[in-house]
Amino acid sequence: MSLKSRIRRSSFLSFFFSVSLCLCGASAAAQSDGSQQNKTGRAGSFAIVGARIVTVSGGVIENGTVVIQNGKITAVGPGTTVPAGVERIEGRGLSVFPGMIDAATGLGLAEIGQGANATVDIAEVGSNNAHAKAITAINPHTSHVNVTRVNGITTVMSAPAGGLIAGQGAVVNLNGSTQAEMAVEGTAALVINFPRIAAGGGGFGGFGGGGGQPVDFAEAIRRRDTQVDELKKTFTKALNHARAMEAYAKDKSLPAPSTDLALEALVPYVRGEKPIVFTAERERDIRAIARFVGEMKVKGIIVGGQEAWRAADVLKQNNIPVIYTNIYSLPVREDDPYDYLFEAPSKLQQAGVRFAISTGDQGAEARDLPYQAGLAGAYGLSRDEALKSVTLYPAQILGVADRMGSIEVGKMANVVVADGDILDPRTNIRYMFINGRLIPLTSRHTELFDSFKERGVPERP
Amino acid sequence: MNRLIIFVLIAAIMAVPVSAQSRGEVLIKNATVMTASNGTLNGTDVLIRNGKVARIGKNIAAGTGTKVIDATGKYLTPGIIDAHSHAMMSAINEGSLSVTSMTRIRDVLNPEDIAIYRALAGGVTAALLLHGSANPIGGQSTTVKLKWGRPVEDFPVAGAPPGIKFALGENVKRASSFIQPGQTPRYPRTRMGTMETIRDAFRRAQDYKREWDEFKAKKTKAPPRVDEQLMPLVEILEGKRLVHCHGYRSDEHLNMLKLAEEFGFRIGTLQHALEAYKIAPEIAKHGAGASIFADSWSYKLEAYDAIPYNAYVLWKNGVLVSINSDSNERIRRLNLDAAKVMKYGGVPEQDALQMITLNPAKQLGIDKRTGSIEQGKDADIVVWTGHPFSPYSRPELTMVEGEVFFDRAADIEKRSLLAKERQDLEKLDVNRAPSAGGTSPRIPADRIRGDLDDADRVDGDNR
Repeated sequence: MSLKSRIRRSSFLSFFFSVSLCLCGASAAAQSDGSQQNKTGRAGSFAIVGARIVTVSGGVIENGTVVIQNGKITAVGPGTTVPAGVERIEGRGLSVFPGMIDAATGLGLAEIGQGANATVDIAEVGSNNAHAKAITAINPHTSHVNVTRVNGITTVMSAPAGGLIAGQGAVVNLNGSTQAEMAVEGTAALVINFPRIAAGGGGFGGFGGGGGQPVDFAEAIRRRDTQVDELKKTFTKALNHARAMEAYAKDKSLPAPSTDLALEALVPYVRGEKPIVFTAERERDIRAIARFVGEMKVKGIIVGGQEAWRAADVLKQNNIPVIYTNIYSLPVREDDPYDYLFEAPSKLQQAGVRFAISTGDQGAEARDLPYQAGLAGAYGLSRDEALKSVTLYPAQILGVADRMGSIEVGKMANVVVADGDILDPRTNIRYMFINGRLIPLTSRHTELFDSFKERGVPERP
Repeated sequence: MNRLIIFVLIAAIMAVPVSAQSRGEVLIKNATVMTASNGTLNGTDVLIRNGKVARIGKNIAAGTGTKVIDATGKYLTPGIIDAHSHAMMSAINEGSLSVTSMTRIRDVLNPEDIAIYRALAGGVTAALLLHGSANPIGGQSTTVKLKWGRPVEDFPVAGAPPGIKFALGENVKRASSFIQPGQTPRYPRTRMGTMETIRDAFRRAQDYKREWDEFKAKKTKAPPRVDEQLMPLVEILEGKRLVHCHGYRSDEHLNMLKLAEEFGFRIGTLQHALEAYKIAPEIAKHGAGASIFADSWSYKLEAYDAIPYNAYVLWKNGVLVSINSDSNERIRRLNLDAAKVMKYGGVPEQDALQMITLNPAKQLGIDKRTGSIEQGKDADIVVWTGHPFSPYSRPELTMVEGEVFFDRAADIEKRSLLAKERQDLEKLDVNRAPSAGGTSPRIPADRIRGDLDDADRVDGDNR
């Protein structure tokens, strides 16, 4: 081809490219911001009008309006008055709930557990990883975020696992292009896998054992006590390290304490300023944790909690709430009542122990949170308590109840609008707000559905 | 006329021993009956006689010997059928060869598995018990009714069409297992080899069938050697054994459908089939059923494209869909899994209920006897405290062929007896903690489960 025609052709192509780039740019600006995979919704002022408002903290308003402005709930009340300049959302026939909170997940830390190890960032190597912070490893663009939130969950705690001191969990909203945009409390709680009495051996191991050689029970207790003593020493070292750092800060003539990030990270938790989440299922381990919490004067939370109701006395004594993650677990012993684990939340509630229901899931199935709470509602927990166990109670336990967990003026606008009871699997979410942004109810799943739902429908001639 | 009156009187007197006639009868009264085949009937009675539904209607009178269950305010559904379970088996996989069609679940049934009772407590009355997914061609399956407490012979459903497990994809390739140095990997290690393993097996089966046909037609004198591995495959070729094929990716299932057509048979069900929504028209055209999870995804790579709208898309394309558990945990809440398909796509209520009742019954070839509440069918019935799709409802009574195998009220009563027994046992010297003066054995006895190997640990529970 001649040089002239080649130049003409390439000019045309570059012209075409630049025009299409402009068009793409224009349409992108018109869409919601955020990546294609993780749309972050749009800000604005909204009023959900004439809906049934389930405030959770202050009863139900049968026909009312919720106003959202600048990321916060600015009005909640009966009636249908809408302030000027606010986008109206028709709420007739719909119910408004606080966004749900799953207090114990690994969401964003593992895309696919089996077969894609490269995506797994849950458990660091080593026994003391107090300085490992989940907030630095959560992938804001994991498909688990949008899959989970379209079911009404606005916020989760995502925490590391493994080792003795696993690391620090983060309370995050399920919205944001960066970790900073998602974070509600970046370093919310320390996770400790408290030493268990591991008698080992066979299938009875379950949670108390870890398999391996069966061991005399008295010996197992001795080993556990040794490990707990080690943990206490680590706590003491952390306090000493903090004192040395503070002294050095005041007086540079003192020897500079060498850097120990793990010890540094422990300090606020050891001082009882921030909570420690202890993983435990068996009564004997929970009682040991309660003793530890009392002796060391720290703030404790139990996660897991299969038998926590049996230790209600010491849990209440030491003000230890329970994040219960075992609705979808099988009872460990053959002779346990079949509904043993479905019933545990209601037993906690009756015993006056503070609790929340959580999926405890790595991320993909955190969206089942409402149905787990609903199932507890079939085995002793009142519907009211079941709803609180995934809204207000986890907010209180995680120390964010000033900002979320109920529909109250001044709280962050994490709000869900549904066509029924959100704990019922037949209910659909119609609108969702996170931090006052209207979130598109699309996810990896809705997108795949859209791609394939019409395949094979014969084309009209 | 007098003779007529005497005749009538005698007939009437003979009809009097009603108590003998109605013994064994159960009358469930005034329930909301979700039949799964004929809609939902309000304020309706169901009469059960000799293990079958004898009548459905309003205001049925009870006989003198009839046991009456007042179900006012309650819901009835057919017993749930789980078309993919590894409960009540003391081994799941014969992982040593890639074709293990000679093995049988029937040989490893364990009727004392507590999973059976817990499933009944979740409203399940029947299940397809299968091998795992260690082999492209696995072993022969068994369809059972959950008759907890009965001897093992009572469990398999008499006359149920025989089945067999096939598997494709990651588990078969042992993708997640590490080959030790010096260890020879088992063939196949890719999806390519998986297809060829199956094709080769069917070719051998065709050869085997020809040998036997020629012998039977007296063309040859000596009978061919009996081959237990190939016999079930011949049954597949002859349309006498249902293939339940585990797989995830749409392409591997499509290849399996084509291979079946190549050998002239139809696949019974695609199991898991989490990408089936991508090939729904093809599945419908072939005529295979699909037995899937309601919404599991992302636990392994081949499950990453799974969507909860799978059931809806398949249903819309006319594929027979059932929802299964593949898990002793999940089997207890299949009612809520079925409810989910109403939300994800909008499957209507009865069709959603059918996915855990009539549809799996059809897929297992037992729909003439169970899967819906209909006159003449087995009385496999669950009494729920409320609508089965509400999370706040739970089963109160689960009945298999008219007999109650789960009764929540009775279960709760028994707990105090069990608690007392436990207390008594805990007082024994040998059971007391060392600190309380007990003399526990130095090493607690290890419960050996030698039958479970690595292959079994991978399968089941949503894998």
